[in-house]
Amino acid sequence: MKTPPNPPPPADDAPGVPGFRTWRGVYLFVLAAFVVVVIALTFFTRAYA
Amino acid sequence: MNLLDWLVLLGAIVGVAAYGTWRTRHTDNLNTYLKGNSTTKWGTIGLSVMATQASTITYLSLPGQATENGIAFIQNYFGLPLALIVVCAVFLPIYRKLGVYTAYEYLGQRFDRKTRLLGAGIFVFQRGLQAGITIYAPAIILSTVLGWRLDLTIVCTGLLAIVYTVTGGSAAVNLTQKWQMGVIFGGMLTAFVILLTKLPADALPIAGALGKLQAIDYNPDLKVRYTVWSGVLGGFFLSLSYFGTDQSQVQRYIGGARLREGRLGLMFNALLKIPMQLFIVILGALLFVFYQFQPHSPVVYNQTQWQRQLTGPEAESFRALEEKYAKLHAAKQEKIRAWATAQNATDPAVTAEARRDMLAAQSAADAVRKEARTALQAADPTTKKTKDSDFVFIHFILTQLPHGIIGLLLAVMFASALSSKAGELNALGTTSTIDLWRTFRPLAAHDEARNVRAAKVFTAFWGLFAIAFALFVSFAENLIEALNIVASIFYPALLGVFVVAFFLKHVKGTAVFWAAVAAQTVVIAIFFFGKAYPAREIGYLWLNPIGCFTCVLFALILQAALPQRASPPT
Repeated sequence: MKTPPNPPPPADDAPGVPGFRTWRGVYLFVLAAFVVVVIALTFFTRAYA
Repeated sequence: MNLLDWLVLLGAIVGVAAYGTWRTRHTDNLNTYLKGNSTTKWGTIGLSVMATQASTITYLSLPGQATENGIAFIQNYFGLPLALIVVCAVFLPIYRKLGVYTAYEYLGQRFDRKTRLLGAGIFVFQRGLQAGITIYAPAIILSTVLGWRLDLTIVCTGLLAIVYTVTGGSAAVNLTQKWQMGVIFGGMLTAFVILLTKLPADALPIAGALGKLQAIDYNPDLKVRYTVWSGVLGGFFLSLSYFGTDQSQVQRYIGGARLREGRLGLMFNALLKIPMQLFIVILGALLFVFYQFQPHSPVVYNQTQWQRQLTGPEAESFRALEEKYAKLHAAKQEKIRAWATAQNATDPAVTAEARRDMLAAQSAADAVRKEARTALQAADPTTKKTKDSDFVFIHFILTQLPHGIIGLLLAVMFASALSSKAGELNALGTTSTIDLWRTFRPLAAHDEARNVRAAKVFTAFWGLFAIAFALFVSFAENLIEALNIVASIFYPALLGVFVVAFFLKHVKGTAVFWAAVAAQTVVIAIFFFGKAYPAREIGYLWLNPIGCFTCVLFALILQAALPQRASPPT
């Protein structure tokens, strides 16, 4: 049986941020930014240890 | 401090407080007093969340923490972005859907009255203790600037915060915090730029060589306080508790115009919190370098108390310590310069030897500094209440910045103290009214004016509780660490209750209530065991996942073991 597509999110739930159609996209962006910061700090630590 | 500084300081403080109080003078509606204005936008929510968390302790104590121990503390915040994503995706939509005033109201709806009372009780107790810690920061500033006794300044700043909060409530907090954050960022940036102009070109390599720039530590040892692992895992649970279950934060984001506003406000914090804290700890590490090159670096940063001893009966011994430190400090400066020169040498053995000499000189100077602090505490036991590192940044401000800027930065500290204290007291008043007072006086629930009056009385009560706690307690830890340790002891069981509420639908109130009591007991036992046997003490961040998992595990076991009976929701 074919799974019905997910219902569209209610209007209140749209992020309304240019470039992001869903909240999942916003969360992934925040997660990616965090990973970049940790990697950058790792290099920073090695450079000045 | 000259007249210009006083004008800037008093103008900024009185102006911000008066603006908030005036704009919210007719707040007699319970919803507005407790949740703030329902049209609040994401920018205001984001800044309000940030301002509530970043108290004066952040600006005063964090640079000092980094000056003393380096920037490893930044790892404490690694779990925060991950936790905020979970709060946005799970916690916030549920709070909004149910239209609750407090997070603990949800526990009453999901479980029963006793679980709601337990959640609210844990919150008000631990937040009341934390309010007693945060009140120290502005009191330290006042006592340093005015030379007053610390206990007197604690009472003065506490009473000012009570009046400010009681007259305006949550709307005043939201309204003024965004202006205060503007002053804070401006002031910190100004101090940073001025500090940069006073540093040698090789400040960062020097800070690194003296062990102040190790931001990341992948050491798996649980005893090491700040590592990537304790930061990501422990910090995740700590932040999840703080942002998801602590009413002082929940109150900041549930009142927005739409769900979107709350979510964007939290994502704003998820993105900016680590860079902002990194900026402050690097400022602290650079302050350390700055003081290495000062001809008269203070042996103790709490100069108000130190100077008092220099004119007291033991002046001779204190002067001798100062001279001893001055000689070692001068020797250390030479070793640092020798190391900087050796950096250009082609022989790595020469560089390594220069670094060893520099580190030995630093250890010798630190030993005298420790001796001086011990002597000061013996001569004046009130100095045991604070750690000397909490005075580093205020010392820099008062001795190195131009007049006008000094007043501005002190205004920054006071503004953030006022706003975070107001947010904290407002949340305590709200929870005490909604979750405790109303539960025992259900007939009063429909009388709006009486509810607002009760919330104001409770706000004042918790302000007085915080003042009393601050007057009688001493800290062995840096202020910012003391805050996180208190949170790590009392948050985990509370978070466990919320995790069960959200994800384990079959678990009922009685099981989760006793599981939380047991988990709280386990966490307190682990903490005091670590204090009794320091060799076996684990980093405090680990208490967060341990307490949360223990609560969830006990809840599952008790639910399976207890006889099934429906609990009446409240």
